[in-house]
Amino acid sequence: MSARFPEPMVPRLFAVRKVRRETDDTFTLELQPENPPEGMAFAAGQFNMLYVFGVGEVPISISGDPEKPEILVHTVRAVGTVTKAICGLKPGGFLGVRGPFGTCWPVEEAAGGDVVLVAGGIGLAPLRPVVCQLLARRGEFGRVALLYGARSPKEMVYRLELARWEKRPDFDVKTTVDKPAEGWEGNVGVVTTLIPEVEFDPREAVAMVCGPEIMMRFTVLELQKRGVPEEKLFISMERNMKCGIGLCGHCQIGPYFVCKDGPVFRFDVIKPFFGKREV
Amino acid sequence: MAEPSLKIGSRAVLESRDLQKLFDVLRAKGYRLIGPTVRNNVITYDELTSIEELPVGWTDVQEGAGYRLKKVGGKAFFNYGTGPDSIKRFLHPPLVRLWRARREGDGFKPVEETEAPPKYAFIGVRPCDLHAVAIHDRVFLSGEYADPSYALRRENIFVVAVNCVKAGNTCFCVSMNTGPKATVGFDLALTEILEGERHYFVVEVGSEAGAAVLREVPCREAGEDEKAAAERVVTETAEKIGRALDTAGVRELLYENPEHPFWDEVAERCLACGNCTMVCPTCFCTTVEDVTDLPGKAAERLRRWDSCFTEDFSYIHGGNVRASVRARYRQWLTHKLAAWLDQFGTLGCVGCGRCITWCPAGIDITEAVRALRGKEEKGRPPAAAETPGEYSGIQG
Repeated sequence: MSARFPEPMVPRLFAVRKVRRETDDTFTLELQPENPPEGMAFAAGQFNMLYVFGVGEVPISISGDPEKPEILVHTVRAVGTVTKAICGLKPGGFLGVRGPFGTCWPVEEAAGGDVVLVAGGIGLAPLRPVVCQLLARRGEFGRVALLYGARSPKEMVYRLELARWEKRPDFDVKTTVDKPAEGWEGNVGVVTTLIPEVEFDPREAVAMVCGPEIMMRFTVLELQKRGVPEEKLFISMERNMKCGIGLCGHCQIGPYFVCKDGPVFRFDVIKPFFGKREV
Repeated sequence: MAEPSLKIGSRAVLESRDLQKLFDVLRAKGYRLIGPTVRNNVITYDELTSIEELPVGWTDVQEGAGYRLKKVGGKAFFNYGTGPDSIKRFLHPPLVRLWRARREGDGFKPVEETEAPPKYAFIGVRPCDLHAVAIHDRVFLSGEYADPSYALRRENIFVVAVNCVKAGNTCFCVSMNTGPKATVGFDLALTEILEGERHYFVVEVGSEAGAAVLREVPCREAGEDEKAAAERVVTETAEKIGRALDTAGVRELLYENPEHPFWDEVAERCLACGNCTMVCPTCFCTTVEDVTDLPGKAAERLRRWDSCFTEDFSYIHGGNVRASVRARYRQWLTHKLAAWLDQFGTLGCVGCGRCITWCPAGIDITEAVRALRGKEEKGRPPAAAETPGEYSGIQG
């Protein structure tokens, strides 16, 4: 490409290989780069800027398995012009991709202790790469739990995988919905109600939390009640982003650029600015 | 006239009648000259070829929410303060095309950008704006990803700075340690001196490139009296500078007062027009626009200056993070005087005073800091929104 504006400014072309419908408005896309074909190495928690030709670009976290970089996986909820265009793509269609950008979940640091993942809604998408790694290297971790809350059963993502994960004896998966639907026999209530029920050793555990900010605020409080120290608590933030590389200024929260200092933050780092009104 | 043995730090005398020679030498070296001139009732930067285009005989009168040109006559070329634009307009242009792409089948192919930016020589850059360039160097060039657009434009510039001979009413460079004398970031720095019938410049050499240019211009080594005259001029300007901003502990002041009553007061006046961010020589935020041609065969991405005062700036699904004007002004000031230090190791303000002059409501950044110091919020209970009640599920 141009010597003038090389990557990371210019998107790479990726082809859509598969599209899976997760919910009414959420789709998982499997992508492969046109050239060169080796894929995109990334760390769990990082994101890409996805571009639809002539429509625009949005930051979307990567949801694939970091051990399988040849397939790029993104789970996208159709809520705006660009995300609707992405969700409208069919196999054979193309996307522009810039990335991967940002910080990652502390999977390596978590080895040796218990791991608690807490996700709300589509917040499971950035945590799915962590689940892939934890399960592939299950022996390196203590107890592993996933607490997942959605508004209703039909708004849960990765339902087939959740069912598989729930069957594993070495993976404590608990799900809940805010509003039950007919046939739902599981938990009803917000995801924080699951936290007192999960077994882990707070002194040796690492917690990773992703969901709407309000959900993360309450989840952090509950985890702190269980004794998880702030330095072992991690959250993933969402902010407006135009560049992904710390130059456009849009994603600032306090002294941080969410695109490069985040999206994954250790809680004690982001705490002075987290949950503060309109910061 | 003996040619002085010019090196960095040398000071030479350039007679005012020879200023055109400096222009000619720079143009002969392939520079596009950008300097101050009168356009649209302001002194602004534009392309120049002749010293005739400089604002000779003009000055400006500035105050909060006010800028007026005034014809004072005389021979002075640089008897005015900072105009509404800075050289940010050239190094970080308001509109840049990042790339173009052509549709090919179902996919698309990026098209190479071939246009090279011009080689700029900037005339009459003020010390505060030199500091702003140094700040942008940190913003655009020091991180993991450098901005290629800025890097290319910045690379080959030549800077002829001008030390300030007129103290601006809205200026506060002295308190920011950024003026009125240029200390960094110039190739040549001029101090304009008018003494009776004499009209000359004391030229300080700031770089090897500066020395090389000056060797081609008629000049001589400055005498002690001429050096003293130049020092005197900037000292007098410093003594008369209009305003001051007390930077002591300003980072903590901003971080510790997010709920200060001042933010409500300023929000009553702030129109969220974004003027302050447009005239600010350090504000760097941008947005992108993706556009296509009518048949949808070609697309391009444009990058434009953006302002944290716009409602859309912080938009994410579900709403704007900073919906209120109060929060947007707070973000701007907190970024400038606190977060900037954490991000780039420097304040994001150089004391040029443009945001005061060009604010239609006359909001004054120096008054803002005084107001925050006046009634500090420390010890106030946290705002209601910060004490969570009960979590009621995923909203939106």
